[in-house]
Amino acid sequence: MSETDKSQNRGATPRVAPVPATPKRRQRVGDPAPPKGASQSEITDSSRRRSTWRHHNQMAKDSLWRILRSPFSSLMTWAVLAIALALPAGLYLFLGNAQVVTSNWDGASQISLFLRSDISEEQAQRLQSSIQLRGDVATVNFVSKAQAMTEFRELSGFGEALDYLEDNPLPNVLVVRPDASAGDVQKQAGLLEALKKMPEVEEAQLDLNWVKRLYYIMELSQRAVLALALLLGLAVLLVVGNTIRLAIESRRDEIVVIKLIGADNAFVRRPFLYTGIWYGLGGGLMAWWIISISMIWLEGPVRNLASVYASSFELIGLGIGDSLLLIGSATVLGWLGAWLAVARHLGEIEPR
Amino acid sequence: MIRFDNVSKRYENGHEALKQVSFTLMPGEMCFLTGHSGAGKSTLLKLIMRMEKATQGLVMVHDRNLSQMADRHVPHLRRNIGVVFQNHQLLFDRSVFDNVALPLVIEGADPSDIARRVRAALDKVGLLNKEKLSPIMLSGGEQQRVGIARAVVTRPPIILADEPTGNLDPKLSAEVMHLFRQFNETGVTILIASHDLDLVYSMGNRVLTLKDGFMISDGNNAV
Repeated sequence: MSETDKSQNRGATPRVAPVPATPKRRQRVGDPAPPKGASQSEITDSSRRRSTWRHHNQMAKDSLWRILRSPFSSLMTWAVLAIALALPAGLYLFLGNAQVVTSNWDGASQISLFLRSDISEEQAQRLQSSIQLRGDVATVNFVSKAQAMTEFRELSGFGEALDYLEDNPLPNVLVVRPDASAGDVQKQAGLLEALKKMPEVEEAQLDLNWVKRLYYIMELSQRAVLALALLLGLAVLLVVGNTIRLAIESRRDEIVVIKLIGADNAFVRRPFLYTGIWYGLGGGLMAWWIISISMIWLEGPVRNLASVYASSFELIGLGIGDSLLLIGSATVLGWLGAWLAVARHLGEIEPR
Repeated sequence: MIRFDNVSKRYENGHEALKQVSFTLMPGEMCFLTGHSGAGKSTLLKLIMRMEKATQGLVMVHDRNLSQMADRHVPHLRRNIGVVFQNHQLLFDRSVFDNVALPLVIEGADPSDIARRVRAALDKVGLLNKEKLSPIMLSGGEQQRVGIARAVVTRPPIILADEPTGNLDPKLSAEVMHLFRQFNETGVTILIASHDLDLVYSMGNRVLTLKDGFMISDGNNAV
């Protein structure tokens, strides 16, 4: 055991030089008078760090082994954690995908500025370039009366009837597309107001209603997913906390004994914190796996649906960043749950 | 090394286990603590371990006042006291070697150092050939000796023993006492609680006697 520990330590930590400075004990038990407090004074800082690291290493392995030794119950715990984690993560992905889909529609939100009839084409074009300079505007297209008439003639089928008109009754129009980054509803409404106030503008129109609805639905869903994530995160804490509580309970005698022979709290805590970390990590990995499987399962139907709408939309899965975030936060939650249980229950176990 | 000055201990249920107990143990002294069961022997040992706090009076160990000691210093105190329990308090889920190694692991000793010192301690109690066994496979006497090995493996300056011969026949008891004497000869301060008066007086050491929480005698020739 000692040999394997040593070699693993060497790989993982920058080891301090082989410490000839630490006076090694050559005494045997029967040798003359051990000086008072001898066992402490010989332990230097660097060797203490190494021994702490060694204990971390041992406890990490030991607690993992204990978890794996009862595979069924551990698997159950992992599955519960995985479901609690996969649910909000899956909904988060769904929202992300929905946003991609709707961002294509977002481009459809545009403001039509109907200019007053006494504004000439040159004036209209000057106005176009001045609006173009605004930060919250992506593009401005100028549609002259004549263009509009041509388009109308082609699309409406009233071609011949229109020939009877003496004047072109259509106004010059500027079509403004709001900048996507300034894309939220309030800002678009603000832009609309600003454009409306321009003296050249007779009338400005923005069909906000469905953009608004969509926006608020998305906002609501995001909040709902966040709330769900918080609740289920709390559930993860409680599940891990309870599992650790049982682990503490089952090792009560051992805790009493090691406290009696001088273990400090950090030493007693360590195996349980690692147990929490393993539960969290395992739950996170399993959640990731559940989501990945679901993505593969949904991919075909989504592609079929998209092809009906002549869209090349592809499902977006968990990226590397999101995956790491999922697994990392699961691990942190496991650790935190263990901390809560340990803080609550270890203090109660005192030798009597 | 250990000094009690007018120490009283009253438990929360009102039971007064120790009453105005005073005594001093000098470094390197070996001493017995006797009295009928319930006389306060265990309480006295628990005060030295800071498993309990004195209600009144002064408990000094290593020149430190235990009543004023912060909880975070208690582990350090206990590392300097080797304890032998009547019921051994061994962990049955690991080998004899690992049981004896536990105080060294807690102390943070080097693995190679641990192996050497554990074997030295096991050798001392005559169990070197049983290091790989589980304590549950050993006899009562052997388990007690494993407990003694664990108590001495860090070479603490103080050893406390609570009825170390409680479950042993006279021959084994004498062997265990002989072990304690050997440790004492290396300069370790030893306090042994025992109700086995014949054995205690045969050792010829100082004897403290408790009765109903009072210390009724302190010396060799008490009844």
